[in-house]
Amino acid sequence: MKYFPYLIMGTLFGFTLIKSEAVSWYRIQEMFHFQSFHMFGILFSAVLTAFIGIQLIRPLLNKPSMEGELMEIPKKRPGKYSHPVGGFMFGIGWGVIGLCPGPIFALIGSGLFGAVVVFIGTLHGTWLYGWLQHRLPE
Amino acid sequence: MEQIIELLQGPWPWYVSGPIIGTLVPLLILIGNRSFGISQNLEHICAITQPKFVHVHFFKYDWKASVWSLVFASGVLLGGFLAGVTYANPEPIKISLEAQQMYASWGLSAVSEMNPNEVFGMSPANIVLLLVGGVFIGFGTRYAGGCTSGHAITGLSTLQPQSLYAVIGIFGGGLIASQFLIPMIMGGLL
Repeated sequence: MKYFPYLIMGTLFGFTLIKSEAVSWYRIQEMFHFQSFHMFGILFSAVLTAFIGIQLIRPLLNKPSMEGELMEIPKKRPGKYSHPVGGFMFGIGWGVIGLCPGPIFALIGSGLFGAVVVFIGTLHGTWLYGWLQHRLPE
Repeated sequence: MEQIIELLQGPWPWYVSGPIIGTLVPLLILIGNRSFGISQNLEHICAITQPKFVHVHFFKYDWKASVWSLVFASGVLLGGFLAGVTYANPEPIKISLEAQQMYASWGLSAVSEMNPNEVFGMSPANIVLLLVGGVFIGFGTRYAGGCTSGHAITGLSTLQPQSLYAVIGIFGGGLIASQFLIPMIMGGLL
């Protein structure tokens, strides 16, 4: 029951990903060929809304959240190479398969078997990263 | 009632979808100081399924602290089912004319469903492509520490330079894949 709000948030996210067509290979190819504003519009308006939302809750930072833990701005881990190089590798996969991780989950839910195959691939990629992690430059 | 169903069937324009997704960032902080992002679940699933005799240290952590994230991902599955099956959009998706002509030049049939059968159908060549692509997505998002949700949305909206570098990498990789690799794959491999 404690986790119920996360189920609702996830459901809203998955539902919106499908309705926005961000789960479509066609939409991703169209974006990377700059043939439509649609995907850029989703990303820009999402970032802008999140930014405004963060400013609105700023007075509440360091106060307890609904679950009790103190609220803070999420922090990314430090690093020099990992973010651009990892991002580039993910981008190669995204540009070919047309799916990023959110849409993979949403499309599995919608019954696309090909998304299950991609998901199996992502788990192997994740495992490979975990295995090599201590040898990769940060 | 009919209007509500039509609304749920969509499609939703970018100025509706984007703000809904963006709102999740402050909401998840308010609920439990959680960082919006989905790809960390790949790590948790590896941690849960790692057999006892395998000793990859990276996956030896207390994944139970991240149950919220796995519940969130289950919600995405449920949302995908509701949006893609229960309230499926009966109309074919509306791609720009320019892109439609490009897909025709790649030899794809006319756009009807959300994703092309030529890429996601279960031929041996497709299965190899989907698996290899998946490996890049999994390895890349874990090395970068986030994907489109965690870096492009959470990271950029909180003005973190690491996320900007990640997003530049993501778009660089995506441009190369979409502009050069996909035409090659469409031309010969599939």
